[in-house]
Amino acid sequence: MIPSSFDYHAPATLAEAVALLGKYPEDAKVLSGGQSLLPLLKLRLGQAGHLIDIGKIPGLEYIKEEGGMLRIGGRTRESALERSEIVQKRYPILVDTAKVIADPIVRNLATVGGNLAHGDPGNDHPATMLALGAQVVAMGKSGERVIPIDKFFLGLFRTALQPDEILTEIRIPAPVEGSGGAYVKLERKVGDYATAASAAYVVIGTQGFVERAGIGLTNLGPTPIKATAAEKYLIGKKPETAALAEAARIAAQATEPSADRRGAVEYKREMARVLTGRALKKAVERAGGK
Amino acid sequence: MGTVSINVNGVDFTREVEPRLLFVHFLRDVLGLTGTHVGCDTSQCGACTVLVDGEATKSCTLFAVQLEGRKVTTIEGIAQAGKLHPVQQAFWDKHGLQCGFCTPGMIITTCALLDKNPKPTEEEIRHGLEGNICRCTGYHNIVKAVQEAAEKLPAARGN
Ligand SMILES: Cc1cc2nc3c(=O)[nH]c(=O)nc-3n(C[C@H](O)[C@H](O)[C@H](O)COP(=O)(O)OP(=O)(O)OC[C@H]3O[C@@H](n4cnc5c(N)ncnc54)[C@H](O)[C@@H]3O)c2cc1C
Ligand code: FES
Ligand code: FES
Repeated sequence: MIPSSFDYHAPATLAEAVALLGKYPEDAKVLSGGQSLLPLLKLRLGQAGHLIDIGKIPGLEYIKEEGGMLRIGGRTRESALERSEIVQKRYPILVDTAKVIADPIVRNLATVGGNLAHGDPGNDHPATMLALGAQVVAMGKSGERVIPIDKFFLGLFRTALQPDEILTEIRIPAPVEGSGGAYVKLERKVGDYATAASAAYVVIGTQGFVERAGIGLTNLGPTPIKATAAEKYLIGKKPETAALAEAARIAAQATEPSADRRGAVEYKREMARVLTGRALKKAVERAGGK
Repeated sequence: MGTVSINVNGVDFTREVEPRLLFVHFLRDVLGLTGTHVGCDTSQCGACTVLVDGEATKSCTLFAVQLEGRKVTTIEGIAQAGKLHPVQQAFWDKHGLQCGFCTPGMIITTCALLDKNPKPTEEEIRHGLEGNICRCTGYHNIVKAVQEAAEKLPAARGN
């Protein structure tokens, strides 16, 4: 399969890349790891006259904790996330997520920024970032802006990024005492997109009550879903079996899955409930609440 | 058209290419290195795996122009002085192949795997090979071959 022709640009700086995107407003696409974009171009489901490869721009691949945030460079590869010591130690939910994305070879190219910027409800990072309350940093011609993740996913393959904006960083609040998160995915086989998946994050206060809860769902509607009603329900509750089960039930009601080869609507909604229950349980365990 | 310079198996190649040329076609059709196979053409099977600066990479989902200035190793580049690479020898000795179609990708992925993790457990081997599909062997002997290679590699490297 061969994509249709395009012009290739490999800018050396972010400013140059932004200028190129501005120069071809309707016809340019950012090329990062290419693991979503190339399949689209090869199958001719997508087309672009100009590809702007951001792979030659230095300083976009990093993972560091700074100012109470984990900062992930927009071009950081999944394999780097998975292997990062600080991520393994302090953000196990991100390891849960990275290691179920595609396969280890694809993860050597696929980037975290691309996984969000693609706006595919089947991608795994969006749910995790929704649960964690992340922020996305975008660089455009009028400078940098910060977009809260719950304002980022606008529709199927549609995000808040402007056509001339590049996603440069993802920011995740550093874990606090009593916090924990987990991502649980059901897939038919390795490398498959989720039949359903759920990300859960909780903060349990010293008195044993839930102070914050985040729940994100993958491939269960036209966009990644933030299960706000279920999150609200958990606040002020003890994270015990009955409360977690009820939150999972409410979360499943927020889904709008469509039937396909991965399953029927009813099945997927039921899996959303089961997986959210498991993700919450694991998050609570990791938070130290057993 | 534009030019691209890539080091493949220790040799620098500069060629005129169309930006849309996939790297696997650059290897097979431009350089004539047909050891790298195309199985699925959709980034799933791993038959097209090569090393880019030492990392396993599926060459069917990558444009040649993206590799400007990079160092690539293909299956043709790992035997030294007419002697099979220890990973190749281990696949031979442990019957890690039947039809052989997946084998170049399996061997290249194994090289990268053992480079990062010289003593993998069976589970780590199986997870490490998740991106390579084999229609014949049932994987059992492939895992044995990787284990054998892990044992033999240190001696072959002289440490
Ligand atoms: C076999 C296979 C299996 C897969 N399985 C999974 C899976 O199970 N789960 C999963 O989540 N994903 C899966 N993927 C997708 C993979 O994770 C993608 O690579 C990832 O979603 C996109 O990252 P990328 O860097 O490759 O982006 P690209 O493919 O380069 O780009 C994707 C889109 O995002 C835009 N973009 C990328 N980076 C930026 C940026 N920094 N700023 C602005 N726009 C940008 C591009 O213009 C393009 O529109 C799979 C892919 C393959 C090939
Ligand atoms: S041909 Fe590249 S992964 Fe199958
Ligand atoms: S040996 Fe035939 S595909 Fe693996």
